[in-house]
Amino acid sequence: MSTMQTEYLISVDEFCANHNIEISFISSLEQTGLIEITTIKKTGFINAEQLQQLEKFIRLYYDLEINLEGIETITHLLQRMNSMHDEILMLRNRLRLYESEF
Amino acid sequence: MNFLDYYKILGIEKTATPEDVKRAYRKLARKYHPDLNPNNKDAKKNFQEINEANEVLSDPEKRKKYDQYGKDWKHAEEFEKERKYQEQSSNNQRQSYSGAQSEGDFSDFFESMFGSPPGSGRSRQVKFRGEDYYAELHLDLIDAFRTHKQTLTVNRKNIRITIPAGIENGQTIKIAGHGGKGVNGGPDGDLYITFSIANHPEIKRLGIDLYSTVYLDLYTAVLGGEITIDTLSGKVKLKVKPETQNGTKVKLKGKGFPVYKNEGHFGDLYVTYSIKIPTNLSEKQKELFTELSES
Repeated sequence: MSTMQTEYLISVDEFCANHNIEISFISSLEQTGLIEITTIKKTGFINAEQLQQLEKFIRLYYDLEINLEGIETITHLLQRMNSMHDEILMLRNRLRLYESEF
Repeated sequence: MNFLDYYKILGIEKTATPEDVKRAYRKLARKYHPDLNPNNKDAKKNFQEINEANEVLSDPEKRKKYDQYGKDWKHAEEFEKERKYQEQSSNNQRQSYSGAQSEGDFSDFFESMFGSPPGSGRSRQVKFRGEDYYAELHLDLIDAFRTHKQTLTVNRKNIRITIPAGIENGQTIKIAGHGGKGVNGGPDGDLYITFSIANHPEIKRLGIDLYSTVYLDLYTAVLGGEITIDTLSGKVKLKVKPETQNGTKVKLKGKGFPVYKNEGHFGDLYVTYSIKIPTNLSEKQKELFTELSES
């Protein structure tokens, strides 16, 4: 049996007005694949789950003046860093098996 | 409360021009911005310091006051008078970077000289999520074995959370909405709790499997028998096969650690037998062993 999930969507126009940013910035992020926009009846919406990431992109772009290519690179490197962090954690936990044996 | 050398923090000379300040600040902000340094508490602290240093050194009035009174910050009354005068006479729109909404955390030193810290340029106008809080919770292996509730105190607020059985050492869970207050009506931040699970003296864990060593006396190892061992879910009876070798491993299916958020599912427990050689043998026992060795 499949269950229905509620999705929380925020219109791109409203988001941009609230954050005082250009709509073109959101479009550029979508074009580079950094965020996804859902279009319903010709209106673009952002899934609420992406908000945190999107606000981070805004800070990088507007506050730190990092361009889109830089944001893409940083996002990719942060993802790698996270997966390496998970791997280190897994290895540390494995190492605990042998700790205090010697 | 200590004096903060804002010039040192930004790595510039006292003679630095406004452009030098801006350049140094931008460089350090990019280096220490919390978005670029996840899980790095030092970076967050550094970022707050450089934000504070910039707030003072990029404002000619604040910089002048800092240069004049900085090291004598204890003369708070004098500063306070001047601060009130300045609040009435100027309305500076300073540019400072927002670091996941934590830019408001200026030092006591700053507040004693300049009053409450300002918001960043952009965050004054827009809604922002509140700051995310990070906490570490120490558990022992037995705590992590069962789903249980625990009360935490975060920023003087008590939060009762349910810790699901099977939580992993180093795992981080998010408690939505229990971080800092949102800015300008934005949603509250989240609370991230990282678990630190202490080693158990006898039972080791690897994911959902457990490992333990059970000491067998020589006679049970040779002749076989039944033993009772302790597991995290209680005592378990085990049959030992005759002629069991030292280092033999036995798998006890379903006696391992619970699978996280998958109730009723458990890993396995691997028991390694370690055979203890008898000591302080009597003459009679020695004779019997000699007899055995010659048979």
